[in-house]
Amino acid sequence: MKNNATKTAKKLGLVAVAMFGFGYLMVPIYNILCEVTGINGKTGRITQSQVNANDVDVDRFVTVEFDTNVNPNLPWTFKAAEFKQQVRPGEIAEAVFVVENKSNKIIVGQAVPSVAPEQASLFFNKTECFCFINQELAPGEKKDMIVRYVVDSDLPEKITTMTLSYTFFKASEKAVAVTGQDRKIVIKDNG
Amino acid sequence: MSEAVLHDDHHDHKPYGIGRWLFSTNHKDIGTMYLVFALIMFFVGGAMSMVIRAELFQPGIQYVDPQFYNSMVTVHALVMIFGALMPAGVGLANWMIPMMIGAPDMALPRMNNMSFWILPFAFTLLLSTFFMQGGAPAGGWTMYPPLVLQLGDGFPYLVFAVHFLGISSIMGAINIIATVFNMRAPGMSFMRLPLFVWAWIITAFLLIAAMPVLAGGVTMLLTDKYFGTAFFDAAGGGDPVMFQHIFWFFGHPEVYILVLPSFGVISQIIPTFSRKPLFGYTSMVYATASIAFLSFFVWAHHMFTVGMPLTGELFFMYATMSIAVPTGVKIFNWMATMWKGSMTFETPMLFAIGVLFMFSIGGFSGLMMGITPVDFQYHDTYFIVAHFHYVIVPGIIFGIIGGIYFWLPKWTGNMYDEKLGKLHFWLSTVSVNVLFFPMHFIGLAGMPRRIPDYNVQFADWNTIISLGGFVFGLSQLILVWVVIKCVRGGEKATDQVWEGAHGLEWTLPSPPPFHTFTTPPEVTDATAHS
Repeated sequence: MKNNATKTAKKLGLVAVAMFGFGYLMVPIYNILCEVTGINGKTGRITQSQVNANDVDVDRFVTVEFDTNVNPNLPWTFKAAEFKQQVRPGEIAEAVFVVENKSNKIIVGQAVPSVAPEQASLFFNKTECFCFINQELAPGEKKDMIVRYVVDSDLPEKITTMTLSYTFFKASEKAVAVTGQDRKIVIKDNG
Repeated sequence: MSEAVLHDDHHDHKPYGIGRWLFSTNHKDIGTMYLVFALIMFFVGGAMSMVIRAELFQPGIQYVDPQFYNSMVTVHALVMIFGALMPAGVGLANWMIPMMIGAPDMALPRMNNMSFWILPFAFTLLLSTFFMQGGAPAGGWTMYPPLVLQLGDGFPYLVFAVHFLGISSIMGAINIIATVFNMRAPGMSFMRLPLFVWAWIITAFLLIAAMPVLAGGVTMLLTDKYFGTAFFDAAGGGDPVMFQHIFWFFGHPEVYILVLPSFGVISQIIPTFSRKPLFGYTSMVYATASIAFLSFFVWAHHMFTVGMPLTGELFFMYATMSIAVPTGVKIFNWMATMWKGSMTFETPMLFAIGVLFMFSIGGFSGLMMGITPVDFQYHDTYFIVAHFHYVIVPGIIFGIIGGIYFWLPKWTGNMYDEKLGKLHFWLSTVSVNVLFFPMHFIGLAGMPRRIPDYNVQFADWNTIISLGGFVFGLSQLILVWVVIKCVRGGEKATDQVWEGAHGLEWTLPSPPPFHTFTTPPEVTDATAHS
């Protein structure tokens, strides 16, 4: 009887350990769900050749608005050169953003994009973006940064306006580690 | 009776002194320690709610600064949930389950000792944060990042306290399942188990499945703050909303971890004082199991307002509504048990009926909030505070108190003071409604939760609520007095204690000897509960 109880306890202990693992498994599951459904406005990235394969929709224009935010821990200013652009779906467009380091230190920043409405984020892709890598600014340095993007021509007709929003964060070590992976992908894309 | 007493004295080798408690492997002693610990924590958490109600007595900032107020709100919740409600449930389980299934003790007595003694250490960690740089946790018991990460030196203490509490309750749960699965008396089949035991098996499975997920979530918080990970940090590609998903994947089953033992208790009390067997035993078992199963698919109703896709909101809305069905089955069965029964209204029965009535009020407001579009109005207002306090205080705490009155004569061998018990019930019931019912009104009118000050339009109701709160808090002292008085002496209880009581635990002497059922009893249809 005692032996059986120990067996049951061991099995249940394994279940508990597995559920601890499941908590961590929720992280990738969540990210995949967000990418598939466009929750959180996660944007896609494509290569130049993929853009060429996408037909340009000459019949309509889509308005892309730009929104810029800076995390309070980062002493930078961050503005879009133009408030909004009119683009044709399927066509590559380029937007310019201006950042300035207001402090007297070298700071590395990382921009995190998101697109609203969520349905539109599935059709918003970038070929090049300052947000793919860390940005380092010297004290007082001012820099123009570009993003090249394409609105997919499959974008539903009812969406006529979308907003691309960036938030700049101070990159600590952790941000460097994560964007390090991104950088590798960029090199592969260009090659 | 006298024969039994002689017999007990012969075999009762109780260890002496402090060692009896420190190294105890006896389910009755450990059950007592759990219950006493829960009672102490109930008053610690209760004192914090008194601070909250004193501050909210009038608009404006009176007694405490907002940071400390937020600490009070946060730690009140943590202490009550992990320190009072859960240990009280485990305490009842420890005392009653071996006696109900005819087992000599819990299956893993040493683990039982450990799972209790972790608790005082965990709460020392948690409560010591009040004396640290940056103060006690103040970001809400839900520990949402990034706010919780701004906590000072107390942060790792919070995380490790949660880890310890998790380990303690998982060990308790494993022990309960191991006991029921392996140590039932001959003839005690699963469908003959008393419903309290069933409620605890299901609760134990919920604990094993849900607590590790919380442990994982708080570990991610810890590594985010100190070890450079970015699970919930947008700058590193993480997402703070993900914490809410992880937390509520634990948090919703946790709601049922708290309430199912109370349901189990009243499923014992109501048939006893209705002098009828429980109506629909089998459906009760399946309803409890379905509530537990469904509880893993409704978590996002706690976060309807974070911005989910419409299909997600609809799924979680319908899933939430569906829990009302098995819960309705249970409420129906309890009422049908009372129907045409020869009812008497001793204190345990009063508390059980109180649960039935007032838990339903909380259940209905829960249904209201389960409707996604209207939840946008209720979210983070006093309406939600009213809802979960209705299910927790008159729903769960009343159930546990009912269980204490019900089994106290069995544990001590003396009847408690019925007059004081009734006084306790009526004072508590009136004051708990004065305390929580008006919160519905001010919540609907827009008073936000977790704020130490409020618009003057809410002043009158808040004064009334605070008065209700003070009376409720003070009337709990009656319980302490009743318990002390009963332990010291009183009218001797019979073995059966209550006229309508059936089951193995009532065949033992009152108080039961230190070791019971060392030779397992034979259970037949006639002696089984159902």
